[in-house]
Amino acid sequence: MTTERVKRAAALPWFKPGYLALALGAVVVVLLPLLFTSRYTTNLLILCASWGIATLGLVVVLGYTGQISLAQAAFYGIGAYAVALGTTRWGVNWWLALVLGLLAAILAGAVLGSTTLKLGGHYLAMVTICFQIIYTLITTNWIAVTGGPDGISNIKRPPFLIPLNSAQRYAWFALGALLLVAGLVWGLRDTALGRAMRAIRENELAAEALGVDTRRVKVIAFTLSAVIGALGGAIYASGYLYISPDSFNFDHAVAFLAMVLVGGSESALGAILGATLLTFLPEWLRDLKKIYLVVYGCAIILVIVFMPEGLWGYVKLLGRRFARQVPLPPAKRAMRVGRRGTPGEEILQVEHLAKYFGGLKAVDGVDFTVRRGEIHALIGPNGSGKTTCINLLSGLYVPTAGRIHFLGRDIVGLRPNRIARSGMARSFQNLRLFRELTVWENVLVGSQRAGGGEEETEERAMAAIEFTGLQDKVHEICRNLPYGHQKLLELARALAGEPELLLLDEPGAGLNQTEKQELIQLLKRLNDMGLTILIVEHDMSLVSQVATCATVLNFGEKIAEGTADHVLRHPAVVEAYLGDREVALGV
Amino acid sequence: MPESLSMIGQLVFAGLAVGGVYGLVALGFVMIFRATNVVNFAQGEFAMLGAYFLVTLLQGLKLNYFAAIVLALVIMAVVGLLFEITVYYPLRNRTFLPVIIATIGASIMFQNGALAVFGPSPEKVRPVIETVGGTGGITVAGVFFDYQYVIILIVTVLLVGLQYLFFEYTILGKKMQATSQDKDMARLLGIPVVFMIALTFIYSSLLGGLSGMLVAPIFFVTHKMGATLGLKAFAATICGGFGDVRGAILGGLALGVIESFGAAYISAIYKDGFSFLVLFVFLLVRPQGIFGEKVAEKA
Repeated sequence: MTTERVKRAAALPWFKPGYLALALGAVVVVLLPLLFTSRYTTNLLILCASWGIATLGLVVVLGYTGQISLAQAAFYGIGAYAVALGTTRWGVNWWLALVLGLLAAILAGAVLGSTTLKLGGHYLAMVTICFQIIYTLITTNWIAVTGGPDGISNIKRPPFLIPLNSAQRYAWFALGALLLVAGLVWGLRDTALGRAMRAIRENELAAEALGVDTRRVKVIAFTLSAVIGALGGAIYASGYLYISPDSFNFDHAVAFLAMVLVGGSESALGAILGATLLTFLPEWLRDLKKIYLVVYGCAIILVIVFMPEGLWGYVKLLGRRFARQVPLPPAKRAMRVGRRGTPGEEILQVEHLAKYFGGLKAVDGVDFTVRRGEIHALIGPNGSGKTTCINLLSGLYVPTAGRIHFLGRDIVGLRPNRIARSGMARSFQNLRLFRELTVWENVLVGSQRAGGGEEETEERAMAAIEFTGLQDKVHEICRNLPYGHQKLLELARALAGEPELLLLDEPGAGLNQTEKQELIQLLKRLNDMGLTILIVEHDMSLVSQVATCATVLNFGEKIAEGTADHVLRHPAVVEAYLGDREVALGV
Repeated sequence: MPESLSMIGQLVFAGLAVGGVYGLVALGFVMIFRATNVVNFAQGEFAMLGAYFLVTLLQGLKLNYFAAIVLALVIMAVVGLLFEITVYYPLRNRTFLPVIIATIGASIMFQNGALAVFGPSPEKVRPVIETVGGTGGITVAGVFFDYQYVIILIVTVLLVGLQYLFFEYTILGKKMQATSQDKDMARLLGIPVVFMIALTFIYSSLLGGLSGMLVAPIFFVTHKMGATLGLKAFAATICGGFGDVRGAILGGLALGVIESFGAAYISAIYKDGFSFLVLFVFLLVRPQGIFGEKVAEKA
């Protein structure tokens, strides 16, 4: 029973509009080919369905993951050629040809994605354009295999329950496939994978530091988009029974991009809306046929500038007005903090840690140890290497020298997501939240690190939200929160993964006195629960109130360590912060 | 001189000349990238527009060649400014993804706008040298030096030199450099950042336009020429090291030569594919390019 409530709360609005949409979609799929019976309109329906599927691929890669692909027409073409060649030249079964085409798309997508996705947006855009152009060059010029510019005709249609020998029957098949893919893409959005994708879109570095294997997720997104594109192409080929390279060139890649942007790149339904609009629009505006790509280009700029969420953005605004938001049910259990261990055991050992940026020695041979159950402060004047230390510990920087042992494992050289999943969570000095995601989704992404099913993920997230007192804000889009709440949210997001060690990079920065007191109470409660915290902070009163021990850095080197009160009175520390007293007094 | 050696000389020379053009377009990429951290995907279209303006002024209005070039450059400056105002400026505070999508949109618009206005049939422009009574080129040691190619190389070298002097020795150049390195700091120092960025776009548009006019007599002028040039220039910047001026020019020259040999010895049909293969190899083996350094994102 509780699970049921949890599930309902997870789907933020009180009912999933998607279920209704799927049912409506099924009705539309059945009705459309009955209503539009002329050969011309039926063909347009088939075209629209296949383009819609290709556009849905872009929802995954561009809308969810924020990675641009301008090769969607090439993947669409791979599927089309597989079915065309398979059923005409090689004489294999349609379904087998389809599977071969999808496999080819998976292969091409994975290779293209894994080589370029780590390099970021510009490269990806350019490389996908290059791939698209090479694809067109090959299909046009490798006549022996592809038939060249003349294309391939007499393509077969798939056997599917009944023979799909009329355009109307095939339109049902194509629209059904569109509905199926749309349902899958829509469902993907709120799975762990879908959330990871959207987290990458919002803030890749934070996603990685929270345990999302960003490289893997991006390659998966890219490959998924390629496969979906290929499926669309296969359906197109058998619909039109004839293909030529012209249908899969760069212009079409741009058209797919325009469709997904106009419709709304983050939504499956938006993509279909965009695809439908841009399939029928050129048909309606026959006079514009010559310059329709000019219009597309113009539309892309206008949409990007004036309605970044596309047409679907407006539908969503309407929906938000009508959707009732259910408060989160109370958590079933209190928040847990990592596995239980013996208090006082060493969980983090740092030895001779060093990081040089060229000639700058940001951290130069620092040693310290963090024991279970303590709040260990890492303090020092500006530029003393504190944040660099945190970045080294969490794997964002690779140390120049030194060793870091966490829970008995050497973690030097591990990618940040691996370190995060081994039980280390962190916050950032400048907030790195997933700004366009809701509070709830932010915390869920943080919670995913600890593994388990969706139910466990939600339980942990709920406990963390309750602990930080953000229950009333769960449905809010993160960027709309006031600063203090955003700071709390970052903490909740880090805690939801039940870390063994929490790294806090200046949690007090920018907070007013009241908020600081609340933070202090929160940290003390966490410590009482047994959580080990390594905190970097400028506010010495905050440090002296919460820290059980402290390490002081200056110019990248350790100058003191001990209990907080002890180090704050240490002459070297006083000198580092205030300068030489005698010089300061003007003696 | 043996046949093959002069053949190789010929290929190197032709490759360098075409590569010089790639380099100039690439330079435009780099300038805008350094000023705004955004890759302008319409950079190649500037070259296409420049070439078409030249064609129109020469053949439509029957202008003198040099007057036509100057006037076309003036128009290009306006295009660059309008481009900045309509495509970059409204999106300046958004992430790079919307901006590159917008520049891709602009590139599609330019390309197909040109197709609608000038039609699909390619235009041919006479070489500059013919206006001063010269023809063709000269043959030295069995290598034929087409004057247009020579001019391209000279202009490339001149522009790179001038740009170097501009950025190193003029206040305006220093201001533009400051803007590209740290916009906020530049703003605090009283540098009109918006104006500097607009200037960068104008300069890049001029560079692009000029490269288009330089290749116009060699290639046919078509609405697609910009896309090809732009992609190869981008490949050149990656091979050279992204954001690096030397890298852009050297990368461009290298790609030009590779392409010229590839077309002669491997396959002319797949000529346009070679640069992309080189690009893939670079991305796999040395993604930071020849001169590039790895940069870490600050947490």
